[in-house]
Amino acid sequence: MRYSAMVKALLAVLAAAAFGTAAAQGMGPEDARHLLNRTGFDAQLRDIDAFAKLSRRDAVERLLSGVQTEAHTPAPAWAKEWTDPRRVRRMGEEERRAFVRVQIEHALELKGWWVTEMLTTSSPLTERMTLFWHNHFTSSLQKVRSPPLILRQNQLLRRHALGNFGELLHAVAKDPAMIVYLDSATNRRGQPNENFARELMELFTLGEGKYGEKDIKEAARAFTGWSIELESGDYLFRPRLHDESTKVVLGKLVGGGAEVMDVLLAHPATAQFVATKLWREFVSPQPQPEELKRISDQWRNSGYDNRVALRALLLTPAFWAPENRAALIKSPAELVIGTLRQFHVGTGDPLPFVLLLRYLGQDLLSPPNVKGWPGGEAWINSSTLLMRKQFVERLMRVDETRMFVQQSAMREKIDRLKPGARRLFQAMAELQFSGRDWLAPYEGREKMIPLVVLAAAPAGEPSGSGIDFVRALVADPVYQLK
Amino acid sequence: MNRRDFLAASIAAVFVPGAAFAQGATYRRLLVLVELKGGNDGLNTVVPYADDAYYRLRPRIGIRRDDVLQLDERTGLHPSLKALMPLWQARELAIVQGVGYPTPNLSHFRSIEIWDTASRSDQYLQEGWLARAFAGNPVPAQFAAGGVVVGGADMGPLAGSGTRAIALTQPEVFLRQARLAKPVGKGRNSALEHILKVEAGIVEAASRLDTGVQFRTEFPRGQFGNAVRVAAQLASNPSGIAAIRISLGGFDTHQNQPGIHQRLLGELAEGLAALKAALVETGRWDTTLVMTYAEFGRRPQENASNGTDHGTASAHFVAGGRVKGGLYGEPPRLADLDGGNLRHAVDFRSLYATALERWWNVSSLGVLSGRFPPFDLVRS
Repeated sequence: MRYSAMVKALLAVLAAAAFGTAAAQGMGPEDARHLLNRTGFDAQLRDIDAFAKLSRRDAVERLLSGVQTEAHTPAPAWAKEWTDPRRVRRMGEEERRAFVRVQIEHALELKGWWVTEMLTTSSPLTERMTLFWHNHFTSSLQKVRSPPLILRQNQLLRRHALGNFGELLHAVAKDPAMIVYLDSATNRRGQPNENFARELMELFTLGEGKYGEKDIKEAARAFTGWSIELESGDYLFRPRLHDESTKVVLGKLVGGGAEVMDVLLAHPATAQFVATKLWREFVSPQPQPEELKRISDQWRNSGYDNRVALRALLLTPAFWAPENRAALIKSPAELVIGTLRQFHVGTGDPLPFVLLLRYLGQDLLSPPNVKGWPGGEAWINSSTLLMRKQFVERLMRVDETRMFVQQSAMREKIDRLKPGARRLFQAMAELQFSGRDWLAPYEGREKMIPLVVLAAAPAGEPSGSGIDFVRALVADPVYQLK
Repeated sequence: MNRRDFLAASIAAVFVPGAAFAQGATYRRLLVLVELKGGNDGLNTVVPYADDAYYRLRPRIGIRRDDVLQLDERTGLHPSLKALMPLWQARELAIVQGVGYPTPNLSHFRSIEIWDTASRSDQYLQEGWLARAFAGNPVPAQFAAGGVVVGGADMGPLAGSGTRAIALTQPEVFLRQARLAKPVGKGRNSALEHILKVEAGIVEAASRLDTGVQFRTEFPRGQFGNAVRVAAQLASNPSGIAAIRISLGGFDTHQNQPGIHQRLLGELAEGLAALKAALVETGRWDTTLVMTYAEFGRRPQENASNGTDHGTASAHFVAGGRVKGGLYGEPPRLADLDGGNLRHAVDFRSLYATALERWWNVSSLGVLSGRFPPFDLVRS
């Protein structure tokens, strides 16, 4: 008895040691795939292999240390061009129409620029966070109508993506695109426009129900005079339009807009509200209240270091819980960019993907309203789901499409198309996907294929071999999940 | 019914929303919504031709008194709408003037969202009003779908998870694409459940839809004519569809409005006339209610580019074999503008209440979160 008990104890110690060693050796491919995919767009086999050897904590640190503050895709040539709106107003009809046409072209080019950056970045997390802030501090080309200003805002969001939320908030309030989008420029002493003040509290910081109408009115007065310089399109404070009288926001005496934002940042509801959105983006559809409170307190106490928030969210047990794997619906950008990246699809002109994202409900840089895309289950309806499935299905067969497009009868038809449609056809014909090349690294490791392609076990029973098996996997409903 | 039952029923009718509609919804009656995308100019559609203020506000783009199709001594239709005149004369066309909502929003996106979700101006709702209606009062299980959006992917009033709704442009293409849908396996979480539900909806619709009848009616050429043909095909499907949404785009007439608007209204009128002809052919006209809507009307004062800017209230059409034709709502009060825009006389949710209560026998209280009096424009 005594002897066998000793053996049991010894075995337990050995097992623990072995387990401990395994943990030190790394989290394994499934965890690695989950972390890479949830924080990026795809999960490449070589990255999975590298991350599998790291502990969860080390893996998260590596992701955070790879974050960038600038896009590496060169900005469009017109990036710094600004047209004084007074000049536009003086234009004759012809000139104005030509001007609008150019703006529309630039808007498409800008969307394509972002798609290219997402497709090629070495830090997908940077782009995911930039998208996140784009959907938090929304501004739309539809209203702002100036691609250069929207580009500047996008660069601002990227610069602070994993920087500091407080600094980002202060910068966004002075961001020219935001000033146009939420009518700050018309917010003047004696005739306040409450648009920015309202969205600042409802959507950017506290969340609904944590403030009163009086707070909005007072805050709006504090922001009077925040405007843009018409000559340059830069932020400009116009002291003569500023309301100097005292204001009280959330019971605190404030002078200008900066103080209002400091009051809002000091309020615990702000960290909780934004951390809830981050949780839904990265962890699961339903935040756990205590854990969320712990994380948001930690974030606020750090002075809003976004890395503190993200690190805590990625290391919270809920992030790794089996029931939360494949529990979130991929956004159109995650699906489209993720598929192109995952399968090493060669692309040229990004226009088809810009349009596809629009059809799938995520028209980049043009969110539907100030609340942004609702996301989650709202991404999927019969039309978008069939479009998603058709996209992945067609992508796996681009060789056939190219041959079709290259047939001379087809070529003639394409040559007769309008320039926009022709450009689209040509871009489609440029796509390159080789099933054989993609499968090569999996030789002898075939069991890794479903693990790489899907966030969890398939819902159906995909069968076939080689690329047919891959096609069956991407057609499975689970492919829509992350 | 004895006295106690009667009392119980009356109490239920007062306190339980929908109790008065206990007989059940009549979804065999079809609702066809026609969205006029971009914001149709109500004033040049239904013209107050006897009002001098109208010609003062629109010296260049106003429709001349001699050109309007007169409906009464002060109201006339744009001449391009002449294909609607037989419906008007048959008393199957109701024209509702002054449709809008309080604190109007002049952004296309936000305002159509308000119309699609039937929200207040300051309220953000996620689900479309039809999706909410069908969630509370489900369409029969054997229906091909609760609603079908023809052309375009945005589900508008049918957005939301509460109903089986599908979008298609051509039934033929949809049936082909639908093969990609595979509602396989079980939902392990709500996200997967949602996807499987949508996949099942596609498969179910595809199994009950067909490419439909061949009509003798000739449909106008172009996108809208095609959408009308598809709507008529879908209406002839025996398994049933409660609502169909079609749309005609291009109404955002900031410049050179006269030519553009003339073409659009011609397309609209000819499309609706063809819809009636096709539905009469298949015996569906008496069980169909057609209703137009748009995010807003346009500014009464014409702008400097021969066009009109975003406005507020507008006129809308309701047509069908059971419609009590005539003028409803209020003529525009051009002498009493609010910041240059029309004040609304009719809340758009009253039109929705009309469809819900008078057409489908469904309570509108819960769907519209409030009481919006329906119009008495449906013959029983």
